[in-house]
Amino acid sequence: MLKTQEIAINVGPQHPSTHGVFRIILKLDGETIVDAEPVVGYLHRGIEKLAEDRTYTQVIPYTDRMDYLGAMSYNLGYVQAVEKLMGIEVPERAEFIRVIATELSRIASHHVFLASMALDMGSYTGWMYPFRDRELVLELLEMLTGSRMTFSFMRIGGVADDLPEGFIEKTKEYLPKILEGVDEEEGLLAGNEIFIARTKGLAPVSVEKALAWGWGGANLRASGYKFDLRKNRPYSVYDHFDFDIPTGANGDCWDRFTIRLAEMRQSVKIIEQALEMIPEGPIMAKVPKVIKPPVGEVYHEVEAPKGILGYYVVSDGSTKPYRMHVRRPSFINIGMLRDILIGTKLADFITIFASIDVVLGDVDC
Amino acid sequence: MGENLFVGMAHWLRAWLENQRFLPLVTDVLLMLLAVVGVLAFLFLNALFLIYYDRKFGAWVQARLGPNRVGPRGIFQTVADTVKLLAKEIFIPNNVDRWPYLLAPVLIFTIPVMLFMVIPFGKGMVPYDLNLGLLYFVAVTSVETIVLWMAGWSSNNKYSLLGAMRSVAQMLSYEMPVILAMLSVVLMVGSMKLSDIVAAQQKVWFIFLQPVGFLIYFVAVNAEIKRTPFDLVEGESEIISGPYTEYSGMNFALFFLAEYTNFMLAAMMVTTLFLGGWNAPFGWTFIPSWLWFLFKMYFVISLFMWTRWTFLRIRIDQMLSFAWKFLLPVALVNIFVTGFGLYLYRMIRW
Repeated sequence: MLKTQEIAINVGPQHPSTHGVFRIILKLDGETIVDAEPVVGYLHRGIEKLAEDRTYTQVIPYTDRMDYLGAMSYNLGYVQAVEKLMGIEVPERAEFIRVIATELSRIASHHVFLASMALDMGSYTGWMYPFRDRELVLELLEMLTGSRMTFSFMRIGGVADDLPEGFIEKTKEYLPKILEGVDEEEGLLAGNEIFIARTKGLAPVSVEKALAWGWGGANLRASGYKFDLRKNRPYSVYDHFDFDIPTGANGDCWDRFTIRLAEMRQSVKIIEQALEMIPEGPIMAKVPKVIKPPVGEVYHEVEAPKGILGYYVVSDGSTKPYRMHVRRPSFINIGMLRDILIGTKLADFITIFASIDVVLGDVDC
Repeated sequence: MGENLFVGMAHWLRAWLENQRFLPLVTDVLLMLLAVVGVLAFLFLNALFLIYYDRKFGAWVQARLGPNRVGPRGIFQTVADTVKLLAKEIFIPNNVDRWPYLLAPVLIFTIPVMLFMVIPFGKGMVPYDLNLGLLYFVAVTSVETIVLWMAGWSSNNKYSLLGAMRSVAQMLSYEMPVILAMLSVVLMVGSMKLSDIVAAQQKVWFIFLQPVGFLIYFVAVNAEIKRTPFDLVEGESEIISGPYTEYSGMNFALFFLAEYTNFMLAAMMVTTLFLGGWNAPFGWTFIPSWLWFLFKMYFVISLFMWTRWTFLRIRIDQMLSFAWKFLLPVALVNIFVTGFGLYLYRMIRW
């Protein structure tokens, strides 16, 4: 009698498609996944513990390193949390610069999402085009902050530097090119029959399930729930801008892909409006040289490219935080992985994992 | 002008050898060995160029430069890669099944080389014109499946096993549409001899008479040579290198070379069956036939590369259902229509 056997395969920390050092132990029956056990921690650097031993300003570079692809939002969340704790009001020009930087960072992060998803599915060209366009965004960010990836641009009370000369013109020159690139990538992938066959109907997630597992950001919006922190609980100056919140229908991989394409276009729209509306003024509030927040705790959430990012900062009145905890979106998002993987194929694991858009620096902190 | 370059050389060699008063058997054997050497030389030079061309083509599609350091415009890149692979340590992992593990790379390269025997490279330039040339081609190609299975199974690695299973399923499934598409051409020619098939295309190439057959063959042979969109055997982002994972150095180089040799063979078959082989279009015979063959072969190769660099990988179950539920019925219908059409054609003629 023919006997079949399940094999346990280790999609190890070193793998071309795990977006970092992610490990998952899959039990396969042929090509179908019957069990999955994610193992994380290969990139754990102890950021939350390190934060307890640094002054509030010294923690800012650590926040970049969590999601190194969309680092501005992580800066933003942290400094806004501390500002909330201290009751600091940030000048308007600084807020606008923050928005421009954050949205540029969001576009860069989504470029990597598009590229990685394409590469994981076998399209080497689909990987090159977003990275080519990402170069434009990184050039702008380098002009602004001096760094291409981990910016440490925001400060408690404002931003580190003003917009350099020629920045606005250059941004206006590059934004149409970015939009063109998004159209090109959409034509290459979203119009491709193989892509549609591989992503449509794969791992649909209902709104209830997404909310129950704590999903947020683009993944939740793909399921059909119109929730964006920038619109529902506006922070910074996002209430000044007019932009849409794209939502999907079924919450399958196809929706998660197309939603982020649409989000990139909305980000470009926000940047265009911000460049028009930016006022003159100081870029830093009157903040004491030594930052000593009052005793207390604060929790502040922002909309990061990967999802809902939350910072919980506890202060004991000294110059160093007593405790900082980061509610990291990628870590929360992969909680559901086992649930949605069972019953799919090995190739689907790659697609699903790519569509959730995680980055391991964010998972492990 | 250069039309009979190689045929002329072969005749001259034969005459010279016969003058040396060797036994006719010895002359024949020597000439055959020279033919083998010639084919191998053609193969290696083309494979070397093809790998470079693939990378440059891909670079052109992706708005970048490709190899451009080693040699003028990077043409010696493949040579550098080959030297690197030759210099690598060949280690044999602990628990592999020794004989299949060591035999697989040798066999995987031997088989495509065997197939060069029946291909008409130009007018009168078939190394050995078998009456059942097409059948020979199909039969020998099928053996490759076993060799890949040997490689994947003996590696004692779950990823290789998955790759080997995928390769067996894929190559088996796509044999059928390949054979049926070839069959529609055989129906029109009435012979399996490849030089007859080329001769029958003197007036009209079969791509115009058998468009559906051409498309089926193109897609199915793309799956046989395991190129994107059908490259899940070596699906780099999923199973690393599939059956080739545990091979290094020259072993890996042989697999790689075999892949590109298969690629060339597929392009040559498309040229021979559908694009008129060495026939010159519009009667432009001032370019020798073997040059036309090369041009057409490289045109088909470029088409394959174009699809490779544009599309993404298909999933295994979708690929199998595509072969069995779509390509196979369409190929069968194509044969039916071809047969019916031939019957009508003969009825009208008489």
